[in-house]
Amino acid sequence: MPIPLDAPEVLDREFLEIRAKLLELAASFDRLKRADGIVDGDPRLAQIHEAIDVLQNESGDRAEQIQLIFSLQYDDEWQVKFGLPPQS
Amino acid sequence: MYYFDPHIHMVSRTTDDYETLARMGCVGLSEPAFWAGFDRGSVESFRDYFRQLTGFERDRSAQFGIQHYTWLCINAKEAENVELSREVIAMIPEFLDNPSVLGIGEIGLNKNTKNEATIFLEHMDLAVQHDQQILIHTPHLADKYQGTRMILDMLCDDSRIDRTRVLVDHVEEHTVRHVLDEGFWAGMTLYPVSKCTPERAVDIIEMYGAERLLVNSAGDWGPSKPTAVPDLIMAMRRRGHPESLIRKVVYDNPLAFFSQSQNFQFTPPEQRAAVRAKT
Repeated sequence: MPIPLDAPEVLDREFLEIRAKLLELAASFDRLKRADGIVDGDPRLAQIHEAIDVLQNESGDRAEQIQLIFSLQYDDEWQVKFGLPPQS
Repeated sequence: MYYFDPHIHMVSRTTDDYETLARMGCVGLSEPAFWAGFDRGSVESFRDYFRQLTGFERDRSAQFGIQHYTWLCINAKEAENVELSREVIAMIPEFLDNPSVLGIGEIGLNKNTKNEATIFLEHMDLAVQHDQQILIHTPHLADKYQGTRMILDMLCDDSRIDRTRVLVDHVEEHTVRHVLDEGFWAGMTLYPVSKCTPERAVDIIEMYGAERLLVNSAGDWGPSKPTAVPDLIMAMRRRGHPESLIRKVVYDNPLAFFSQSQNFQFTPPEQRAAVRAKT
């Protein structure tokens, strides 16, 4: 389905919003830096950094990629492991 | 614009919310059975809850011209109690002839456990045995992708399931394609933080088209916004989408899906005066 707005219109509409979201992120990281304690080994931080890397690529499915970073993996053997054989 | 909220938990909301929804254009809604915020202790608790859904809520919404429908089940969180779940499943048929009941829901998974999957399958069987439509909850956050795939496995493995009568809810960017590709209906929930925002929901509509897509607020007792569907209407208008497309998503699609239920008797607002005049 075509998007009614063209790219310059989308950027005009969303530039300030994107800028604000980036500032919120930056401030969150600054807050984390100022706080006592260490979270370097926390796997959630690694997920966050991986997600930030995705923002830099040029693909059209970055939201989906970031969703998958924060998702448990699917195991197609789960029914066998649960002892729940497929139905009729 | 008139709209239909296909998934909203009005038992958790005030009568003022019904009035606000009516003012915003809501003319119908469907309310799946869900978790009360605590685990219930007996099948009688569920019987009372189903009486509330099929009676009191229907009367409360009618005061504001909103037609209320519902879905019955024991939700995934409480499905960990397999014995209680089976008692509830055995009791549900008492209510299936009630004119407000559209089917079985919202069944699903929460933490993707064996007990949840077992009870999901037994709900599916109940729906098939009674020719009921199915409304499905998919898990939150990290569990969503895995749980959605598991749910699709169970549905697709059962040849008795009519996929056009099943709605898989709470889809997001990483699950919507799987649901639509298998021929099911997909619902997007507009929910702060943990699900979809109106802007992302419009993105999904633009990427996948409006066929078999629904949008809901899932307004409940947690942080949620019962008027989220009008937010989506506004987001689509701001992007320049035609009114016909917006109406398809928020009105025509829900009616098309729900019309497959034998109990769904909906009077469009344009026809209400004529119906009243005849009676």
